[in-house]
Amino acid sequence: MIQHLIDGVLVGAIISLGAIGLTMVMHILRFANFSHAELLSVGAYAAFVLGPLIAGLSGALEAGIGPLSLSWAVALAVPLAMAITGATAVLLDRIVFQRVRAKGGELSMVFASFGVALVMRNVIGLIFGLSPHLYSRDIAFAQIISYDPLIMVKPDQVAVLVLALILMLALHLLLSRTTFGYSLRAVAENPDLAQVTGVDLKAAIRAVWLIGGALAAAAGVFYGLTNQIIPVMGRDLVLPIFAATIAGGIGSVYGAVLGGFLVGIAGNLALLVLPPGYTPSLPFVIIIAVLLLRPHGLFGEARA
Amino acid sequence: MIGVISYLVFFATVASILAIAVLGLNLHWGYTGLFNGGVVAFFGAGAYGTLMLGGAPQPHLGGFEWPWIFALIGGVAAAAVLAWIVGLLTLRLRHDYLAIATFGVAVAFENTMRNAQGFAGGAQGIRGFERPFREFAGNGLGWNLLYLALVLVALVATYLFLERLARAPFGRLLRAIREDEEAARSLGKSPARIRLTSFVTGSAIMGLAGGLYGTFYAFVSPQDVLPILTFQIWAMLIVGGAGNNRGAVAGAFLIWGAWTASGWGLSRFAPVDWQLYAGSIQWVLIGSVIVGMLMWRPEGLFPERVGEDRPQTGRTT
Repeated sequence: MIQHLIDGVLVGAIISLGAIGLTMVMHILRFANFSHAELLSVGAYAAFVLGPLIAGLSGALEAGIGPLSLSWAVALAVPLAMAITGATAVLLDRIVFQRVRAKGGELSMVFASFGVALVMRNVIGLIFGLSPHLYSRDIAFAQIISYDPLIMVKPDQVAVLVLALILMLALHLLLSRTTFGYSLRAVAENPDLAQVTGVDLKAAIRAVWLIGGALAAAAGVFYGLTNQIIPVMGRDLVLPIFAATIAGGIGSVYGAVLGGFLVGIAGNLALLVLPPGYTPSLPFVIIIAVLLLRPHGLFGEARA
Repeated sequence: MIGVISYLVFFATVASILAIAVLGLNLHWGYTGLFNGGVVAFFGAGAYGTLMLGGAPQPHLGGFEWPWIFALIGGVAAAAVLAWIVGLLTLRLRHDYLAIATFGVAVAFENTMRNAQGFAGGAQGIRGFERPFREFAGNGLGWNLLYLALVLVALVATYLFLERLARAPFGRLLRAIREDEEAARSLGKSPARIRLTSFVTGSAIMGLAGGLYGTFYAFVSPQDVLPILTFQIWAMLIVGGAGNNRGAVAGAFLIWGAWTASGWGLSRFAPVDWQLYAGSIQWVLIGSVIVGMLMWRPEGLFPERVGEDRPQTGRTT
């Protein structure tokens, strides 16, 4: 029970990071972006390629950090992967979504995002192969925290949780303490009015993609670190991430954080009563429960 | 020669069944502006429903041996009920919710069918279905031809039904809501209720396609309700032209032809060590078709013709 709770929190942190970016894009561009989860794969594979390259600079970087299986090289690759993935998100908007936006409505955007997701996922599969990869061949041993009840935690999981919380705090400060954060919120509330007051709409949209992509990349690396790097990780994570945005209320960053933890914990607790085969269905059950109990989510507001 | 004819009959049957599903999607997206991310769930509900009701007794649920036509109607009803539940929960909210919920229902449907051994046969699926009209059409080409005719009748009936619907006041109402919901509301119409009607009707049509598909193969398994089918059906509508029923049918034949041809080409000409990736290549192709059409020709090859929608009976308004 406690073990499931702890595992749930760790998975939840990863889902939260993915959901933050998604909810921001959904809030400002007003479409459900089904390709968002593929940005997690982009980030995970970017770090997978960059890690060995950085390790090539100096052999000392190849060693793991303390008890972690995460090496210095991969850790240094994370900010780079975040930048690359953020840039990928901006580029995708420039190449695809902007054009579709200009030609069709929100519905076309949703369809297009599915198409983009299919292309991204399978191109990654064609480049890196369909089989899973790992950042490190070292086996990450779990530390036993308590024998009764038996609770085991891997050092990697703790590191991931801490890093995820730091990233969330940084975003919180960015959104609540800077002019830039205010202008983003203004754009989300009322794009026309924000432009009148001198906010550059295009720059704001770019920033949202950049932030969303960067956080997704971090989530992807963390997922790869605690599970494995595989081309279909986006496919497996897209529904939990959407469930988190709905549970938190579409558009609410804090809701997305809470929603992510909720989905992660609920998913792990469900293993107590349901056979593991049903795990992929669980986010859907959460979505239905939220729609029944609180249609606009924990922090969402009714908006057409 | 007989082999070629057999294959063409087989191809036309599957393409026509898919065309029925595309017509259902056209009612959702083309006429009403609803996003259905889980076409395969409603298609699957139809297929599973039909085979469970009409099949021979099995270790899992089902095998009630209903006469085929009633089993088919039951399958359609299963799809409609599923759509009604999903629609009731999501259609009063902004459009993203329907998109996510329908995508979710498809994932959950496939996942449940794969795992629920006692309910739907699990990964082995459902077999043991008595094909209709076997007594006088036999099992070979004769039956296939008869079944193709039957599917074509269903396709034409669906087409005529939707064309009538488009020209009826209900069709104009759908387009009114799609274009300007507030205006429709100000005229005293209830957009949520009308959207629900359209969503359930379109899903029932997808269920009909699923039931015909299940009957054709006399077998359905979780492999038949994978997400790829949803994307194929979308690509058919996007290429054909949302809002145009003739385009939807043409798109179905075009994309299904391209899909089978690319699959055949890859298996025939691609190097052996690439065979493993043939699926990925096909996925990239279908994704590119969807994105490319939306970027460069969102109206499809056969755009919606609004002028035709006017009542032709000479009524004046």
